[in-house]
Amino acid sequence: MTKRLIFILPALIFVVLVGFFVWGLQEGRDPSIVPSAMIEKPIPEFDFPGEPLLERDGFSDKSMQNGKVIVVNFFASWCIPCRAEHALLTQLVEEEGITLWGINHRDKTEDAKEFLDRLGNPYERIGIDSGRGVVKWGVYGLPETLVVDREGRIRYHHRGPLVRAIIERDLLPVIRALD
Amino acid sequence: MIAEIGLFSLVLALMVAIVQGTVPFMGAQLGRPNWMALAVPAAVLQLVFIAGAFAALTTLYVTSDFTVANVVSNSHSAKPLLYKIAGVWGNHEGSMLLWVLILAVFGSAVALFGRNLPPTLKVRVLAVQGWISIGFLSFSLFTSNPFERVFPAPLDGRDLNPLLQDPGLAIHPPMLYLGYVGFSMAFSFAIAALIEGRVDAAWARWVRPWTLLAWCFLTAGIALGSWWAYYELGWGGWWFWDPVENVSLMPWIMGTALLHSSIVVEKRDALKIWTILLAILTFSLSLIGTFIVRSGLLTSVHAFATDPTRGLYILVLLAIAIGGSLILFAWRGPQITGGGFFQPVSRESGLVLNNVLLVVACLVVFVGTMSPLVLEAFGEKISIGIPYYNITFIPIMLPLIFFMALGPYLSWKRADLAGIVARFKLIGLVSLSAGLATVYLTEGGAVLAALAMAFAIWLLLGALMEWGERARLFRVPFIDSWRRIKGLPRSAHGMTLAHSGLAIVIFGMIGASSWTVEDIRIMRPGEWANLGPYRYTLEEVSEGQGPNYFSQTARFRVFEGEEEIAVLEPEKRLYPVQQMPTTEAAIRSGLLGDLYAVIGEPDGKGGYAVRIYNKPLVPWLWFGTIIMVLGGLVSLSDRRLRVGAPGKKRKSSPTPAPLAGGEVKATT
Repeated sequence: MTKRLIFILPALIFVVLVGFFVWGLQEGRDPSIVPSAMIEKPIPEFDFPGEPLLERDGFSDKSMQNGKVIVVNFFASWCIPCRAEHALLTQLVEEEGITLWGINHRDKTEDAKEFLDRLGNPYERIGIDSGRGVVKWGVYGLPETLVVDREGRIRYHHRGPLVRAIIERDLLPVIRALD
Repeated sequence: MIAEIGLFSLVLALMVAIVQGTVPFMGAQLGRPNWMALAVPAAVLQLVFIAGAFAALTTLYVTSDFTVANVVSNSHSAKPLLYKIAGVWGNHEGSMLLWVLILAVFGSAVALFGRNLPPTLKVRVLAVQGWISIGFLSFSLFTSNPFERVFPAPLDGRDLNPLLQDPGLAIHPPMLYLGYVGFSMAFSFAIAALIEGRVDAAWARWVRPWTLLAWCFLTAGIALGSWWAYYELGWGGWWFWDPVENVSLMPWIMGTALLHSSIVVEKRDALKIWTILLAILTFSLSLIGTFIVRSGLLTSVHAFATDPTRGLYILVLLAIAIGGSLILFAWRGPQITGGGFFQPVSRESGLVLNNVLLVVACLVVFVGTMSPLVLEAFGEKISIGIPYYNITFIPIMLPLIFFMALGPYLSWKRADLAGIVARFKLIGLVSLSAGLATVYLTEGGAVLAALAMAFAIWLLLGALMEWGERARLFRVPFIDSWRRIKGLPRSAHGMTLAHSGLAIVIFGMIGASSWTVEDIRIMRPGEWANLGPYRYTLEEVSEGQGPNYFSQTARFRVFEGEEEIAVLEPEKRLYPVQQMPTTEAAIRSGLLGDLYAVIGEPDGKGGYAVRIYNKPLVPWLWFGTIIMVLGGLVSLSDRRLRVGAPGKKRKSSPTPAPLAGGEVKATT
């Protein structure tokens, strides 16, 4: 009997494997999405200084603990998708009244100023990150957007540019639930 | 018109495949010779039709017929001819066509050269080939028709992905497929044997050359892909443990195991069931590879554009082919009886150990490749990278290499362990000192490198000593040795070549992974950077234009001391049609290593981001692979293994070299 079982074993293992394959083929599954390791974690310790030319204060982990829900957006003038999502961010601030703080990553001040002068400046504060500050946030490309709750805990993390569908399906419900 | 002829030809091929898979098979079951007689013409006819379809698609590419969707998506009128042709298989639909073409080539090879096969076995093998063909031809026709027209026809095509416009990658897929699909032969023989309920030495003699041929192609195919990654991706890496790489490595490892276990079946009539299972698993892994690359199941840097319908179709094919054969195995396997008893220390045991280690290695790669998918199903997302393979794969490889040197000294049935240990004393000492010397020279650097160095030298010297002993080199006059060398069976030379080839590859791996030095910096023309013993001077950066791209070419002069040793001209290309940049690394290869330079983005202030590397021993990777493949081919040319060579008409058995144990030495 045991001998028989050994012969059947390869087929049984294969059945299990096919099960996973079928699961893997389901629609809408994107294996390339890397989830954030930051979700449900407190914000890291950091201090991004402000830049007078951009007319906004910088911020640190301390100043973020002010009892407000804050949307943190990583951007730069050289980042084309950032340009694309800028109008949507502005709209979010104007129509939904969200608190948006920006982190300007590895940018030239003049370029960043020109970027905001031309497209508008929805950010309440802008911290300057000239180095590797983004790494602490688990950010590895621009743009990325995170939502931090009243207790200073990261509750949402989106990689890549925001589009209307994602804002409506994911971002806004998170913010509303926290408010 | 040509497109329609191609499509029609493909439909006819499917019809023929259906006949090939059913009528002769029923004939074999019912014992009707006239039904069985259909197998050979069907296999040949199938090749004719598929080759016709392939020729049609190639013609469409060469003439840039932009009324065909596939040509539009993957070609451009300004593309050089070589890449117009390579474009045929540089995409999903065309590569599927190449896949079935190769299948048909192998099928008709059995049909034409398999005259001395037992008639029922031959018919059943061809029938199984027919079933595989039905599966993939229908997949091609129903989900991936390469001949689809487009209306209105665009003025020009969208060009082939520029990364693929490269001579190395032009021949990489055909090689790889010859390997993948070549394993279908072993599979078909295994299924036919299960149906017949009989496995004997003649069966193994038939399976071995096909497996060996497929193994040679797959080895070459994998190496070409790796070589391409090395010079084209511009990061100087040659293996990334990417899922797509892993799915080509797994059949290779299994195929290597199969190669060795079928020797035991042939010589000793043992390990039969195991060999059948290996044959099924090897081709199953090839199929799973095809599935993974085309279904978007796993993330990879170089997968085909994916489509869920296609994924599902291949999955159904997989389930039928692999599931069916494993069920057949569970049902018929127990009826196959083994024979040939052997002692714990014997050639047989050595080959069993080889198999166990190889299968475990394959399992480790399999787990590493699949666990992101499996864990994701349980709601956890992980990615598995190089550290995993370093701590799992390498610890299995080291003992494998250790025993690989010893194996050839073992005689069948019962070997003399003490004699072997005595022989290896000197080699052990040399290897140990080489390892220690490595630690000393690299100032206590990577321990693994030193360990690997010792093992590689152990393997190389072991393989050479075994060959030398058979020739009785330095013991008898040289002229007698020469006579002995000529008298050795070719498969003996083949084994020595393949084993020492692997040792050479390991040297390359050590150099590439442990001793590479690199520098990434901004350089302006006229500046220089020191790297190891060399000084890289960036002389100038110039603009140029190729047939279908614009380029920026840098010129580096490399000095060692005051002496100029190389001029490197790395290039950055922009292919306007696909709006895609590629890097063309400049590599100067020497015996001791590569000098490697890449030019990157300008910084807007007259400087360029550049990457420069000294990569010791990397050419040994490619050189060692060539030796391995050569070993396979030499072995394949052995009379006893020659495809179609009759087993019984052997004139004289090759002069065997007596060993200490008194056993006649067998060959690999």
